[in-house]
Amino acid sequence: MSRISGCFQNLRSTGRKALIPYVTAGDPQPDVTVPLLHALVEAGADLLEIGVPFSDPMADGPVIQAACERALVHDVSLHQVLDMVREFRKDNPVTPVVLMGYLNPIEAWGYKDFARAASDAGVDGVLTVDLPPEEAGLLKEVLQEQDLDMIFLLSPTSGKERIRRISAMASGFLYYVSLKGVTGAKKLDITAVAAGLAEIRPETGLPLGVGFGIHDAESAMRVAEIADAVVVGSALVSRIPALQDTPDLIPGKLADTVSEMRRAIDGIRSKRTGMQA
Amino acid sequence: MNASSQGTASVHYSMPDENGHFGPYGGRFVAETLMGPLEELRLAYEKYCTDPEFISELDADLANFVGRPSPLYLAERWSERLGGARIYLKREDLNHTGAHKINNTVGQALLAKRMGKRRIIAETGAGQHGVATATVAARLGMECVVYMGAEDIQRQAINVYRMRLLGADVVSVESGSRTLKDALNEAMRDWVTNVDETFYIIGTVAGPHPYPAMVRDFQAVIGRETRAQILDREGRLPDALIACVGGGSNAIGLFYPFIEDEGVAMYGVEGGGEGIDTGRHAAPLCDGRPGVLHGNRTYLIEDDNGQITETHSVSAGLDYPGVGPEHAWLKDSGRARYVAATDDEAMRAFHALTRTEGIMPALESSHALAYAAHLAPAMDRDSILIINLSGRGDKDVHTVATLEGIKV
Repeated sequence: MSRISGCFQNLRSTGRKALIPYVTAGDPQPDVTVPLLHALVEAGADLLEIGVPFSDPMADGPVIQAACERALVHDVSLHQVLDMVREFRKDNPVTPVVLMGYLNPIEAWGYKDFARAASDAGVDGVLTVDLPPEEAGLLKEVLQEQDLDMIFLLSPTSGKERIRRISAMASGFLYYVSLKGVTGAKKLDITAVAAGLAEIRPETGLPLGVGFGIHDAESAMRVAEIADAVVVGSALVSRIPALQDTPDLIPGKLADTVSEMRRAIDGIRSKRTGMQA
Repeated sequence: MNASSQGTASVHYSMPDENGHFGPYGGRFVAETLMGPLEELRLAYEKYCTDPEFISELDADLANFVGRPSPLYLAERWSERLGGARIYLKREDLNHTGAHKINNTVGQALLAKRMGKRRIIAETGAGQHGVATATVAARLGMECVVYMGAEDIQRQAINVYRMRLLGADVVSVESGSRTLKDALNEAMRDWVTNVDETFYIIGTVAGPHPYPAMVRDFQAVIGRETRAQILDREGRLPDALIACVGGGSNAIGLFYPFIEDEGVAMYGVEGGGEGIDTGRHAAPLCDGRPGVLHGNRTYLIEDDNGQITETHSVSAGLDYPGVGPEHAWLKDSGRARYVAATDDEAMRAFHALTRTEGIMPALESSHALAYAAHLAPAMDRDSILIINLSGRGDKDVHTVATLEGIKV
């Protein structure tokens, strides 16, 4: 079983929901990333999503665009991102790591060489935002050979047929985009998300994560009530610009935000099981 | 896949396939949220492109609003001076708004109307596509938002003002390199956010399927007219076609109706900037490699890590790191040849045509003229060369003056 599936199985057996923070690798400088990843795990992250910087992040809002630009000032490449994962793995062999980014850096490296290197570095899953299932056949095959999960997005515009097709191709978990828009948008409509998830559930046995639009502990908690995992990106990354001159403080400050969300999410479980919050 | 495994592209040319692939190029590389809307657009386009009512409305607009057919003009003095082939110019510069861009915006706007969309968005580099979009939006009474890189807004102030006069909201894009590619990113972000009521008019033969095929089909009026006009004038097909290539819409518009005519050579001329060997250029087909950007696989200018890098061209309309996927395919298949003209060569051609023919070409089109000036003298005097004069040079007067140290 992959590290991702194992993680979700453990969570399910203890009645907990996954919290998945996203950070862009190398933002605002390369040496911050590994300590930051450890701090996020310490604060209660179950899986980690690491953004691979790209010059043209078409699906991202202003917060993550700016993060990519800060990382690219240091020329952070996909190779370096894997070096960071390898470094992280030295002290953490447990927490699943998903790379999130765009196809072109993978195309430039070559699918096979990339997949081998990613697996070798300790990556567990790959989410390529601009690679829909229609174009994903070859990469899927190559990732599978290396036992890497391929994570796909589902959106409010997907429809039954695409939901089926994508579910059949995906492994690890499915990532439901909570709204029509880019990352960091603030128009989360929890009723609509619940309806979207209800449409997907019958079609898949995979855990369902929800992202795009979760901006605080309150929205994280509400999403956790209906999903298996909560993905938080822009809400964390938006704190970085103010801390750029004091990079040592970044892991602690972002961990505070994650802890707060962790408590909010676990609160539901306590309520449900009648335990003390 | 390469040319040898596929034979030549000609004979029965029917690209793209149903998934929008031109061989290994093209396709649909976008986030999941846009897949449904792109399919909706493809279905609508396929329905209307054979609908007699749609076609007659489009033809009427092209005739009465755009001013088609555009003339095919024999540049006698310039041909004489070069001392080789007889050179004809397809006068897209005489279209309403001054370039070929309007052929496509008229078509897509009619489609938007049929699809019940009330809001139009577009990206623009030099501003020509933005102006052509704002123009059709004004005519149809639609809301219009044009995304333009902050750098380009500075360089093309007149076109920004033209768009605003037409009622468009011009949004300055401050991300990335603050040029055309970033404007395209931002337009995509708008589309994914407002997809229900918004139609995105892409200005070139790039982007996810069906855009490369749809924009080509709207621009193919250029080649269809040219074919009829040259047969009428000379009683035979030309020996060669030349067009400049940024994204490549004017070039594909001219080439497409000639693709199966193997005797007609086709040359696409990219922005050679300061020279291919300097690395400062905008010529992905001459000096790039395949990758994925803006929804399609094509040749790109990128670094070893797959990051898109900055391009350089005196002409804002050619200053783009990608190129339409059909051109990538025509290159690999050998059906068309792709070359580059430097900034200096384009400037010389700009002056030559202005002085010998009294026609001031756009700097984009000047790249095609520059290659013609290189090719024509080596051709027989009875051979025929057709150049797509894709736009007029009025918008570039300020750039030319600045380059030559003249304050206007």
